[in-house]
Amino acid sequence: MGAIFRPHVNEEKRSDRSAGDRTRHRQKIRESIRGNIADILSEESIIGHDKNKIIKVPIKSIKEYRFIYGENTPGVAQGNGNSKPGDVIQKGNPGDPDAAGEAGNNPGVDAIETDITLDELIDLMFEDLELPDLQKKAFKEVESKRSLKRKGFRKQGIRQRLDKRRTAKSRIKRLLAVSKAMGVNSESLTDGEERFPYHKDDMRYHHVTIDTKLESNAVIICIMDTSGSMGTVKKYLARSFYFLLYQFVRMKYQEVEIVFIAHHTEAKEVNEEEFFHKVESGGTYISSSYEKALEVINARYHPSLWNIYAFHCSDGDNFYSDNDKALAKADELCEVCNLFGYGEIKPAGTAYYSGSMLDVFKNITKANFQAIIIEKKEDLWPGLRAFLLKDAAVKDALGTSAHENTQDQAKP
Amino acid sequence: MTISELEKWEERIFELVQSYGLNPYPQEFEICDHFEMIGYMAYSGMPARYPHWSFGKSYEREKMMYDYGVGGLPYEMVINTKPCLAYLMRDNTDLLQILTMAHVYGHNDFFANNFTFKSGIDAQYVIDMFRNHAARIRQYIEDPSIGQCAVEDIIDAAHALSLQRSKNYAIKELTPEEEEERLIDLAQPAPDPWENIHPKPVYIHPALNKIPLSPDPNLLKFIARYSPTLQSWQKDILSIVDEESYYFIPQIETKIMNEGWASYWHHKILNALNLSQEHQMEFLIRHNQVLRPTPGGLNPYHLGFVIWHDIETREKLAPPTFPDSSENNSPGRKKIFQVRETDRDSSFLRRFLTKDIIRELDLFRHEKRGKDRVITEVADENNWETVKKTLITNVGMGSIPTISVIDADFGQSRTLYLRHEYDERELQLDYAERTLSHLKCLWGREVVLETTLNGHPTLLKFVDNTLKTERIN
Repeated sequence: MGAIFRPHVNEEKRSDRSAGDRTRHRQKIRESIRGNIADILSEESIIGHDKNKIIKVPIKSIKEYRFIYGENTPGVAQGNGNSKPGDVIQKGNPGDPDAAGEAGNNPGVDAIETDITLDELIDLMFEDLELPDLQKKAFKEVESKRSLKRKGFRKQGIRQRLDKRRTAKSRIKRLLAVSKAMGVNSESLTDGEERFPYHKDDMRYHHVTIDTKLESNAVIICIMDTSGSMGTVKKYLARSFYFLLYQFVRMKYQEVEIVFIAHHTEAKEVNEEEFFHKVESGGTYISSSYEKALEVINARYHPSLWNIYAFHCSDGDNFYSDNDKALAKADELCEVCNLFGYGEIKPAGTAYYSGSMLDVFKNITKANFQAIIIEKKEDLWPGLRAFLLKDAAVKDALGTSAHENTQDQAKP
Repeated sequence: MTISELEKWEERIFELVQSYGLNPYPQEFEICDHFEMIGYMAYSGMPARYPHWSFGKSYEREKMMYDYGVGGLPYEMVINTKPCLAYLMRDNTDLLQILTMAHVYGHNDFFANNFTFKSGIDAQYVIDMFRNHAARIRQYIEDPSIGQCAVEDIIDAAHALSLQRSKNYAIKELTPEEEEERLIDLAQPAPDPWENIHPKPVYIHPALNKIPLSPDPNLLKFIARYSPTLQSWQKDILSIVDEESYYFIPQIETKIMNEGWASYWHHKILNALNLSQEHQMEFLIRHNQVLRPTPGGLNPYHLGFVIWHDIETREKLAPPTFPDSSENNSPGRKKIFQVRETDRDSSFLRRFLTKDIIRELDLFRHEKRGKDRVITEVADENNWETVKKTLITNVGMGSIPTISVIDADFGQSRTLYLRHEYDERELQLDYAERTLSHLKCLWGREVVLETTLNGHPTLLKFVDNTLKTERIN
């Protein structure tokens, strides 16, 4: 009675049984990264970094939790013959509580750290976001996605698109056909000195079409307060906000135009470089920037042709006398824009002794106006999401809660 | 090695297996390559298993370790079924295949005879059981009214609790009716020869309208039975995970014995095979690789091997009970065959881990001091018993905290009240937090866990997505 031996089955006949579970695991990793984006963003300084910068992302939710004993559990291990009480067998690694190849019986540490590049991270962040309420407008169309797509095969093509496998196959077909026509064995055509070279007709090329998805034309107007009251922290928060917004637009839409406006007591249109890096000072007339925005819109982006999105970041410390005017202009902006978002930058501790535009803007009743408050780095991501969330219902819920939130917090 | 060569070697090995009196299940070997081996490892060797991302995760981890050369793959993998199923790596050297086959027969004999395995799931039906479970869970996933996410949530939660179960297979699990009877019996006053003189003892009827009647450590089973909110498919998934974990417990409980036993027999068998010099040399090298002590850790192969040999040698010194002097009938051999049936790691160590072995292996007890791990006791005259005791508490299911349901209607609010049997080892709080959240999902009501933190009895609750601790006075 011997044992039964089952021979090894060839690779082609086998199925890759864990493929489904691996895919699901990777999906969970992605989900978990997305869930932690706010934390990741607040830990990493992302502005101005190389797109290929690698970020280490600790993943928490992929652990499989059970009831286990803690670290202070004693264990037993084997020594090399001369162990003495008091010997240190494992040096603790400060700052890394999980660092432990625990001798003996503690369950293996389950922490996974994943490396992703900044680009991938941004990709993940914006997967489910879109410019809200984008409407089809006349004339110029914006290409939102442009990609090359394989579609069938052709006998002509460029070298790079040569399909070697199909080419080789068609040569073999021709070889068989020729040998049949000549009434000889196909092997006799290829053995020895005789070659059966490739012919021009054997060549097969991938055919590629350009896949374009058209969106309506859109412009984004970024307005930032660069007055003296915007201290380093505030400026950093505002810039981070716009940086994210800018990345989002660049990733999702090929041809969205972006206008940068910087303002203190007066506003001017600036380029990307100046917007993100230039330092200014002075007082604050918010209305000036809105006027400038309206002026730009009237001159170049007529609302009947363009989807317009305006975002304004400020610390809300406006000259009191300007408030009424700012309110009127904001109202006007709402008329022409698909969405007008106002983000008030109030780092913790500054809310009590400076003015807030949120109280003023409370009077705007337009549905396409949204205000959020940004107190710390962690708020950036939820804030931006609230502006951009695709699902209108969710957006409403988030938007209003963000709004209420701001009002609560703005009260001294 | 071709199949026919393997068969020839197997024939010789099996002859020896029989002549030594081992009593294994029929054996099957499947030849596989390293990718398949990684795959089998991820699914605990089962030819069919239900889909879950955690298997994908363990596949990725094994694959990564293999690719980076951190962890070598095992030469073999063997699972407890009847017939016993083992996988041999195609790329093993000839000697490794021989060694592995002999080793597998050791495991096989252990599976077929050790009481933990025998009192577990009938080995005949194991593969069918796993296949059946896989089909059931796939069916739930494909059901449009359930779907993958819902199934996953339940499996995640069930996995978190799957090891929370009674630990000793020798103790019979009682039905609620038997439990009731037991409690009534216990409440009877002890027989008293002087009952005519003594005042009549007061009989207190035990509280029988409580659930559970006595602390119940089988959390999954308990929840599947009593949860007010779970649907039948959810309960079915809980019972599937519960049954599968029931299958795996004996392997956790006998790691040291089982590996030691298999190593003991591959050593005996290969020495009796009259290997060529070349093979003999490689055998010595491989054997020492597998059995080498690992300072700073504890190699179960090594520890088990040493103890089995020690039992046999010590028993040999005792005078033989009857005059049959053949090796198979020596008292030492008889003793180890008996022990492989009746023990599990904790009892095995308690009975046979001697002071001499502890000192020879230089075992020590270590503890966390600040950020470092520091040796607290070595095996000297005063402390070897402490070392031994610590080891015994940590082997097998001893590394899993004992947590039982005390009350399913705590505070008359259907709150599930659990108690952790504190034995000077505290729970890891972040893990407890997430596990409690799984528990709460399954139970559908509040869940509280009584444990001891920093020497104080404490209640752990999972409220508003965070863990709350509350000292009990």
